[in-house]
Amino acid sequence: MAQQLLPLEIADGVGLLSQNVAHMLGGAALLLSFALLYQRRIARVLDACALQGMVLAVAALWQGWSQGAPRLLVTAVMVLAAAGVAIPMALRHAALRRNMHREIGTVPGSFTSMLLSAGLVVLSMSVALPREDLALALALVLLAALTMVMRRDALAQAAGFLSLGNGLILAAISVPDMPLVEELTGAVLALTAFGTFGVVSFRERLDPPDAGRPGTAGGPAQ
Amino acid sequence: MSALELLSPVGLVPLSAFAAAALLGMVPSWRVGVWINAAASTLCFMLALRLPWEIGVAGPLWLVDRLSVHMALLTTFVAMTTSWFSLTYIPAEIAARRLDRRRLRLYHAIYQLLAGGMLTALLCNNVAIAWVAMEIATLAAVVAVGLARTAHAMAASWKFYLVCGVGLALALFGTIVLYVAMLPATGPGLPAMSWSAILPQAARGDGTMLNLAFALLLVGYGTLAGLAPLHFWLADAQSEGPTPLAAVLAGSMLNAALVLILRLRQLMAGNAEAIDPGPPILLLAMLSLLLGAFSLWPRLDARRFFAFSTIGQSGLATFAFGLGGSAAIFAGVLHLTLHTLIKASVFQCIGRAAQMKGSQEFSRIGGLIVSHRALGLTLAAGILALAALPPFGLFTSTFLIISETFRRLPLASLPLGIGLVVGFWALMMRLHSLCLGTPTPNCRREPLPAGASGVRDALALVPIWAQLAIVLLFGLAMPAPVFNWLRLMAEAAQ
Repeated sequence: MAQQLLPLEIADGVGLLSQNVAHMLGGAALLLSFALLYQRRIARVLDACALQGMVLAVAALWQGWSQGAPRLLVTAVMVLAAAGVAIPMALRHAALRRNMHREIGTVPGSFTSMLLSAGLVVLSMSVALPREDLALALALVLLAALTMVMRRDALAQAAGFLSLGNGLILAAISVPDMPLVEELTGAVLALTAFGTFGVVSFRERLDPPDAGRPGTAGGPAQ
Repeated sequence: MSALELLSPVGLVPLSAFAAAALLGMVPSWRVGVWINAAASTLCFMLALRLPWEIGVAGPLWLVDRLSVHMALLTTFVAMTTSWFSLTYIPAEIAARRLDRRRLRLYHAIYQLLAGGMLTALLCNNVAIAWVAMEIATLAAVVAVGLARTAHAMAASWKFYLVCGVGLALALFGTIVLYVAMLPATGPGLPAMSWSAILPQAARGDGTMLNLAFALLLVGYGTLAGLAPLHFWLADAQSEGPTPLAAVLAGSMLNAALVLILRLRQLMAGNAEAIDPGPPILLLAMLSLLLGAFSLWPRLDARRFFAFSTIGQSGLATFAFGLGGSAAIFAGVLHLTLHTLIKASVFQCIGRAAQMKGSQEFSRIGGLIVSHRALGLTLAAGILALAALPPFGLFTSTFLIISETFRRLPLASLPLGIGLVVGFWALMMRLHSLCLGTPTPNCRREPLPAGASGVRDALALVPIWAQLAIVLLFGLAMPAPVFNWLRLMAEAAQ
């Protein structure tokens, strides 16, 4: 929208700037994903989650402005309300019911997970490289999936799921003129909210009934 | 996408299920609910019977071709027979206090929601809306698995949610990348995410982006289809929750995911720049087949055993899709169809047997032919059919897949054969322990009054016989119109 009103060279500059800002916001969201993976205390994990939701809402606003798509404003509001405020608050409420400052434990094998996460970022950059925006979003999704695999606590897994949804929404908003973005955002947030509802309602019963049971660690189970 | 399209004869099929879900959510009495559920499922099947005359419809929302009609008919048929099976299953669960009657309202609403989600995913032309439909179906199945609220059910339900949630996330990412890949061919807007527009234009898509979309969609929907390496949720999910809903109906969800993979394969095959979709699909399929077969041996829980068998059979059908060509796709779709019917029958029998014996563990179910003749014989027929023995139809499809493998990919026939033989032996062993031998004692709290149980038993078996009759018919003499129908479908989807 803004580009069309300006002479060509300036429009190019504005286009580049808007792309840079979008990448910066995507990168900030990705950094917060690392925090999600390494924080020991559940409260800090949830802070990182909420912050990521807010960064994503700003990214949606920015994309709406730079793509000239006012409907992304709807997405931004939805993301801010659900991923930035409501879902992290609900998870915090669930954490408070037990012990807020309980350590949920570090990710097993810090070094391994660091290597893994770095590998995942490199992987997403290499497979989606012509589209940096998609590469950033893919890295976000893969890191969130890694968080969910590494964390054993249902609460942290739900937080990982929230971050997974954030990655998906980041991908959807960065594709110009994509139809159904608001609908997909709603569907992704509903998927996340479903898990949060599960954690808030049944937290104590979601962890495997007996940890010694083979299969609860993810392998074929009896 | 207009309201008119939603209310078209095609739209009415999933819409009737969603409407029934809303209605059933408001019916407080489970006795009424169970009948409304059966009536609504029957109505949905009746509405689906009209679909073959709608072939060729390709609007922004619906895509009606032979493949989608076939799968929709199969899904509505299984949903209908299973709802009839529920009529006798639910009262027995209530009597045994395994299911809280307050949760029955949720049970029935979830039943229709799951059916509606699957039907929308099958009939939808829009890739993104199909994803939303799969999400609805998955979440409904997650609730179904956790419905019993026991520790194991809740843990299985949460695992299901996490694993399939990641699968869904990868699939959505793949959908977005697919849109980007098809932009050069169709331009921005809805056509770039409509099967009817992108399949003929596949050659003009961006090859690199298509590859990424393929990888993400294959792993994503492969997870929902129970394919390795993300298959392990299925065994937990299908062994918990009420049998009709969690084992039978949720089993049909695999088909919806596999249909999406089949369409994706067709898209990839049409683009010269993109990688050949065959090898990755074959690899995942072979892995699932072998894992499914070898995991059968140590199982002690009957439902878990048959869930692993589902993983193997889903792998075998996918293997046929990976081979490509009209003969293999014909065999794959036939295999998927018959397996769905057989597995529904087997799970229904096991559900009934578990009610009588008070447990679903192999050690507690035995000698069914002696103690419950009709049920035992039906279960034996189901297991023989599942083992792909003649005269049942699964023999035909398995034979076709094996001969296609010999012809096209001789090296793969060795692991394929090993997987099939290992799975076959495990099935025979369990057939022996479940149906023959000395009967195990019945549950002390026999849920049904003794006098009524004979009639009730027979009534409960009618839907199972209906399913197995089709499998037998397909094995003995496939009607010519059905054969032509499947052949034309395979030619269109290759």
